[in-house]
Amino acid sequence: MTIVESDGIDLARAERKPRRPFRNISAKIASLPMVLTALVVFVGCTVWTVIYSFTDSKLLPRLSWEGLGQYERLWGTRRWLVSLENLAIYGICSMVLILLIGFTLAALLDRKIRFEGAFRTVFLYPFALSFIVTGLAWQWILNPDFGIQASIRAMGWESFVFDPLNSPDLVIFGILIAGIWQGSGLIMVIMLAGLRGIDEDIWKAARVDGIGTVKTYVKVIIPMMRPVFVTALVLIAAGIIKVYDLVVAQTAGGPGISSQMPALYVMDAMFKNQNLAQGFAASTMMLVSVLIVLIPWAYLEFAGKKRG
Amino acid sequence: MADTALPTHGPRGPKPKRALSRTNIIVYGTLIVVSLYYLLPLWVMVMTSLKGMPEIRLGNIFAPPVEITFEPWARAWSGACTGINCDGLSRGFGNSVQILLPSLALSVAIASVNGYALANWKFKGSEVFFTILILGAFIPYQVMLYPMVIILRELGLYGNLWGLVLVHTVFGMPILTLLFRNYFAGMPEELFKAARVDGAGFWGIYFRIMLPMSLPIFVVAMILQVTGIWNDFLFGVIFTKPEIYPMTVQLNNIVNSVQGVKEYNVNMAATLLTGLVPLVIYFVSGKLFVRGIAAGAVKG
Repeated sequence: MTIVESDGIDLARAERKPRRPFRNISAKIASLPMVLTALVVFVGCTVWTVIYSFTDSKLLPRLSWEGLGQYERLWGTRRWLVSLENLAIYGICSMVLILLIGFTLAALLDRKIRFEGAFRTVFLYPFALSFIVTGLAWQWILNPDFGIQASIRAMGWESFVFDPLNSPDLVIFGILIAGIWQGSGLIMVIMLAGLRGIDEDIWKAARVDGIGTVKTYVKVIIPMMRPVFVTALVLIAAGIIKVYDLVVAQTAGGPGISSQMPALYVMDAMFKNQNLAQGFAASTMMLVSVLIVLIPWAYLEFAGKKRG
Repeated sequence: MADTALPTHGPRGPKPKRALSRTNIIVYGTLIVVSLYYLLPLWVMVMTSLKGMPEIRLGNIFAPPVEITFEPWARAWSGACTGINCDGLSRGFGNSVQILLPSLALSVAIASVNGYALANWKFKGSEVFFTILILGAFIPYQVMLYPMVIILRELGLYGNLWGLVLVHTVFGMPILTLLFRNYFAGMPEELFKAARVDGAGFWGIYFRIMLPMSLPIFVVAMILQVTGIWNDFLFGVIFTKPEIYPMTVQLNNIVNSVQGVKEYNVNMAATLLTGLVPLVIYFVSGKLFVRGIAAGAVKG
């Protein structure tokens, strides 16, 4: 066996790497689905969409060039600008809050407490639910006539107002409440795994030096958990750009256009308004925003690995 | 003697904690208050779904029902209207099951073989394709939706169940392949080499060695896929027709339909019914679920 193998290698060297497409053929066949997915769907479909975003396709895709016309129209549409503004508010708030809540909960659970399993179960169960279920549940709780507002009014505070889903200025925060409810458990689990990976001796050393618990977290533990935070951030960011079902279920983009999101804009342009190229242009912009997040991260990750 | 012995020996071990120390009150207090936020929607949904409509109109959303009724559940299952037909969520449930089972089998089977090939049978370019696959997981679905519609139409699968199965298999592939690849790569290499020496080939090693040893990762992958596919809405809306809409799409149509009087109790029962499958899986599988999403998330 070994002799044959080394012979093969020697021969290969002598002949300057002959191409042997049938070597390892089973593995190549087995990898065919992956290759097709990667090339046809991920590369092919993406390139296709980007190319057709420069056309004036309406009902059907046509290769009639329009240059940057779709993009000019896109950036001149109020609905798109509102979508972006919403995405920015939703994105920044949910990143900050989910990281904060996720880390705080993980830190509390890591204090060797009782019923840790029960608390963890409670914090994580919303993650098992779909965005549709999440959106509908919170739509009901935030319903002004029956939900929180009505209950507090019934308790005697007649002028109490809490009706985010029907207020154009607050609706995005109503969606945010639901989004955080669904997604923070996952980040808690990741943070907890990160905390559990930290050496007990760090805590002992901090105690010997007389550093308080909170200060130890801020000055020592959090800097040590940088990679975990980066992973969590990338995860949250990837989820944010895809936000679609939650808004559809909770507000359908309303009232008016005040809770629109880029994903809704794309879907409506492509499948409702028969304005294909406009949808392609908008989705290309979504892709660009992902790249803006992804490239610095990939760079950091890659550079870090090389150094380390 | 006893008097002098006390200070020198001193108490041993860590200081016993008082149950009601200030730290404990803060820690448990925060956890309990936050738990309320997480539990509130589930509580409200269950309570609402057990009340009659008159009680909902008059009563408090948080209060338990005075008179428990299961009629909303029955109506949600077999009588709620989506605008076109009034046969409830049972149809959507059936569709979801029909979509789930083949998608689950196909995606896990393909991804496991694929991950195994990537871990043990690297070939020229395999890592390149794998990198593209992983990066592809970050592309917003909206970018690929329309070309996917065209591909499915060319294959004659657009609007039918198998089209959706294919879509789930394709878009589930990055995370599943990653999961399996990492698991197989973590297995001792001697095992693989020994099998090679004994003359086992690609499939022989997969079926006789790798498969029997990787039950846990299969369970994790299946949990991941069942919840993912069951909870999907976007693909269900785009790639199917109303007759075969999955449960999530049908639920949204029932609750957000503008026709008729809103029956909040039926809506909440329907919402709970749709959430039931992933919830049961979550509560039953517990640690494995956590492991699955943590593995999928940390490495993805």
